[in-house]
Formats: sequence, structure tokens, C-alpha cells
Amino acid sequence: MNEQDSKLYWRANLRYLVALLSIWGAVSFGCGVILAPWLNQWRLPGTGFKLGLWFAQQGSIYVFVALIAVYVVLMARLERRLGCYEE
Amino acid sequence: MSVQSWTFVLVGVSFALYVGLAWWAKARSTRDFYVADGAVHPVVNGMATAADWMSAASFLSMAGMVAALGHGGSVYLMGWTGGYVLLALLFAPYLRRFGRFTVPAFVGDRYGSQAARVVAVLCALFVSFTYVAGQMRGVGIVFSRFLEVSIDAGVWIGMAIVLFYAVLGGMKGITYTQVAQYCVLIFAYLVPAIFLSLRIAGTPVPQWGLGALDEAGRSAIDRLDGLQRELGFASYSEGGGGMLDMLCVTAALMAGTAGLPHVIVRFYTVPKVRDARSSAGWALLFIALLYTTAPAIAVFARTSLLESVAGRPYEQMPPWFKKWEGTGLIRFDDKNGDGLVQHLGDAQHNELVVDRDILVLASPEIGGLPDWVAGLVAAGGLAAALSTAAGLLLVVSTSISHDLLKGALWPSITERGELVFARISAAVAVLVAGYLGLHPPGFVAQVVAFAFGLAASSFFPTILLGVFSRRMNAAGAICGMLAGLAFTSSYIVRFKFVHPELNTAEHWWWGISPEGIGVIGALVNFGVAALVARFTPPPPEHLAKLVDAIRSPR
Repeated sequence: MNEQDSKLYWRANLRYLVALLSIWGAVSFGCGVILAPWLNQWRLPGTGFKLGLWFAQQGSIYVFVALIAVYVVLMARLERRLGCYEE
Repeated sequence: MSVQSWTFVLVGVSFALYVGLAWWAKARSTRDFYVADGAVHPVVNGMATAADWMSAASFLSMAGMVAALGHGGSVYLMGWTGGYVLLALLFAPYLRRFGRFTVPAFVGDRYGSQAARVVAVLCALFVSFTYVAGQMRGVGIVFSRFLEVSIDAGVWIGMAIVLFYAVLGGMKGITYTQVAQYCVLIFAYLVPAIFLSLRIAGTPVPQWGLGALDEAGRSAIDRLDGLQRELGFASYSEGGGGMLDMLCVTAALMAGTAGLPHVIVRFYTVPKVRDARSSAGWALLFIALLYTTAPAIAVFARTSLLESVAGRPYEQMPPWFKKWEGTGLIRFDDKNGDGLVQHLGDAQHNELVVDRDILVLASPEIGGLPDWVAGLVAAGGLAAALSTAAGLLLVVSTSISHDLLKGALWPSITERGELVFARISAAVAVLVAGYLGLHPPGFVAQVVAFAFGLAASSFFPTILLGVFSRRMNAAGAICGMLAGLAFTSSYIVRFKFVHPELNTAEHWWWGISPEGIGVIGALVNFGVAALVARFTPPPPEHLAKLVDAIRSPR
């Protein structure tokens, strides 16, 4: 892989990391802890979950799983585009 | 059949399975022993990682802590899962790309320093031993509760089993046993949860049952909140300590999870860099199955406990109450002499103390489930403790035979010789771990919290800087690790061991508990490393090239 592609690859990777880790922090530290008391005034539609508690005990965990899945897909797409996908 | 005979049968069958698998997957080379030949399918590795990761504390104690702390207990749920996002995004692919056997090998080679490698070995040994002691203790507790042997005898039996398959099979044997152990432990965790969910919420999915509304438009959590309020306890959905402390504990557990050497090393066993990413995803999915069930067990078991015990005559207590009373984990003191069990939030008038650690073990009996379920939970608790212990012991033996012996003291040793030493050090490590289990330095959960703080303040920043900063050099990394480690361990030792009477929020620095101090330790590590690196020469050209190589896709 030439130097320019390497740089491109690393920059794209860093962009993905910043975006995904912002969501990671927002659902856990944000919705699960800091905003939880405020979010608790609403309930998750159709259930009895107070929203802040739901983020802290269920929602953040589901989002974590989704974040890794999205990262796997994004990196695979990036590697295919740059022709360096390991078969 | 009684609970005890069911336990004997289920524990016996599961142990036979582990031993058989270990025999089938014997290690033949050092590569087999350290990284299972780097040929483990990512889904299989994800499952093994999940078992490796979920310890006696996750299985036995976590739901109890969540039940007692309510919203405050969420720090464990988020902290111990959120760390996998860090692992998948920041660590696993790069360490796999680097392609060595151990974390100290990465630290040593990336910083081009034998001293950095030795410091990393010491950190790995320290973290692994504090953590493994808790596991052996957990094994002892399960044995003593269900099989009526002493805790010490339980620890001996656990040692014998782990000795057999860790020494024989190395990483290869451990990987396949861990897959079996994951299946046992998740089945054992879900079965009582499903039963309880059916009984209390009328749905077989515990995660759904937790929030499902009944005819009166109330969820299981609302009912528990109501009961708790009536008895003067803090409400489940709003409880929690200081916000800063919650943030710090969550962050420390996340960084600690990502920095635990026995978890990181699992990502060396998959064939490709891409597999390291997806494998972390699978691991988290398998872990999430248990972690999202834990609050359901917490709420259902706590509700059943309050409904069947609080305010009722002592004479009419169910049989499990008397049984656990015998172990000292349930204590009743009839303060006002009226023969009723008053369970109240007000400590002066409260007559009942229920130890948090028994909630999961006792949940089948509290919920009135069939006897075999209780036996199954015992087998699951043992699977959780043994799988984690084996993974940690492997890190200890690899650190000694590969990093210290081959890497530093005796580089000319043959592969055969190294394998022999790997096995000997695994055996010695089991004995030391067993000793620590017999003479524990603290309670299971406390000791484990210690390991996380240390992993967060030593490995996490050092590995992160190693990948994401080309400028970071050996002097910075070593000073950072030592500073982070010294700060965190002295804070924990001060409040947990030297002055336990001062271990309250008003004495903590900035209101941060010893469980959360690891994150400040990590910041100390980052700060010291950056400062030292600023005033020392940058790493030589070949190390900068190495960093570029780790970052590029192939």
C-alpha cells in the first residue's frame, strides 16, 4: 500500500473512532449518568422503563454492541475501497 | 432428588466435560500454548472471551450489587460492557496486527526497552494475581454453600481442576473449555431469570419483563420501587452515589476492562486483524446477554424476597431462609421481640441483613423454582470462576516463561524448554493463587475492584499511547506506568487496608471512591508520560516505522 493510501486509511479510521466514541460516551456517561435523573421523567414508549434508568441498565449496552458492529462494517468497507481487504 | 444431589450431578458432569475437552485440545508447541496457534474462529474466540471475562464477581455478585444499589449499580453494567468498545476500537486490531504473544511483549517492543517490558510484566503479574485470588475464593464459596464442604476444600478442588487443564492445554485447551464454560454459565444464568420473569411479569424474556406493564399499568420496577418506599429503602430507579463518583467508577471499569491482560491476549488467537474487531463484537454480544439479564434478576429476586419475608412471622419463614441463616449470610435479630421479620431501610429498627453475594445463588429458592435450577446455578458459578482463573493463570505463566525468561533472562532457551517452563510456571501460579484463595486479602468484589484500578492506571494509557502517539518514548511510558500504578495503589491501600474506617465519601479526594480512582491514576499516567516524553529524545526511526506498520491495514 502506498504512503498516500496509508494516510487516507489512518485518517478515515480516526474519523470513525471520534464519531463512534462520541456516541459511546453520550449514551453511557451522558444518558446513563449525567442526564439520567432528567430523562427519568419520561418512559420508554410502550413499557414501564424510566428512560434514564433504561439507558443505564439496558440501552447503553445495546448501543455498545451496535457500535462495534458498525465499526466492523465501516472498516471492512474502507479496506475494500482501498484494495487491502484480507480475504 | 434434593438440591444437593442435583448439584453433585450437574457440577460433576460439567467438570468431566472441561477435563475431557482439555485432553482433546492439548498444546503441542509454544504457539499452541500461548495463542492457540492463532487459528481460533472469531465467533469461538468471542465466546471464549466472554467466559474468560465474566468472573465469579459478574456471575455471583453483580445482580446482588445492582439490587442493593439500584441506579447506582448501573456503573458495573455500563463499565464492564463499555470497556469492550474501547477494546474493539482502540486496542484489539492494532495488537493483533503487531502479532506477538503477550501485552508485555508489545510494550517492550513498541518502546524498544527491556525495562519497559519488565515493568509491564510486573504490572501483569500484580493485576492477574489480585484478580485470580478472587476467583479461587468464589470457587470455595460455591462449593461450601452447595456441597457442604469447607471453603478451603472447595479451593483445593478448584485448584486441581484448573491445574489440570491450564497446564496441559495452555491457551488451546483453555479456549475450548471456555466455550463450554460459557454455555454452562449463560444457561445457568438465564434459566432462573426466565422462570422468575414468567412468574412475576408473565413473559419469558427477562429484559422485557423488567419493563412490561401489568393490567394496572405498572412495571416490575414500579412495584419494587413501591415496596422499597413502603419499607423506607431508597427507590430502585433513583438510587446512586455522587454523580462525579459514578462517572469515575464507570470510566475506571471501562478502562480497566480494556487494559486487563487476560482479555487483551485473547485477541492474539484469531487469524486476521479484521477478526480481532469482529471477535470483540461477538464477545460483547455474548456478555450483553448476561449483563442485560442481571438487572432483571436483581429486580425479580429482590421483589420476591421482600414479598415473601418482610413483615412476616419468623416461624413461617421458608426453608431457604433457615438454610442461608445457617451460613451467616442471612442474619435475623428480633430487636422488638414481636416474632416478625421487620426488614426496614431504617438501620435502627431493621432486623434482617441479607448478604448481597447470595442473591443469584439463592434466587432459584427465593423464587420457588425446581431443585435442579439451584444445582445448575452452582455449576454456572463454578464455570464463571474457573474460566476466568484459567485465563489469568495463563497470563501469569506466559509473562514468566515468555517475557521474563525467554525475553530477558535466557534468550537462547529452546522451544521445548520454554514450553516446559510455561507449564511449570502455570503450576506454580495455580498454587500461589490457591494460597491467596485460602488466605484472601479481602472480599471477592473488593479484590477485583483493585485489579481494575491497576489495569486502568498502568496498561490502558501505555498501550493507547503506544498505538496513537508516535512521539511517546520508553522513558515516558515507564515513568507514566510507575506513576499511575503508585498513585492508584497507594490510594486504594490507604482506604481499603490501612484506614478502612475512613473509607466514606467525606474523606475521599474529590469524593471519588477507591473503585473509581483508577481513572485519575490513568490521567496521572498520561500526564507524567507526556511530560517526560516532552523533555527526552523522540523514539528512534525504526520504532516510528513500527508504529506506522501497526496502523496500516497489512
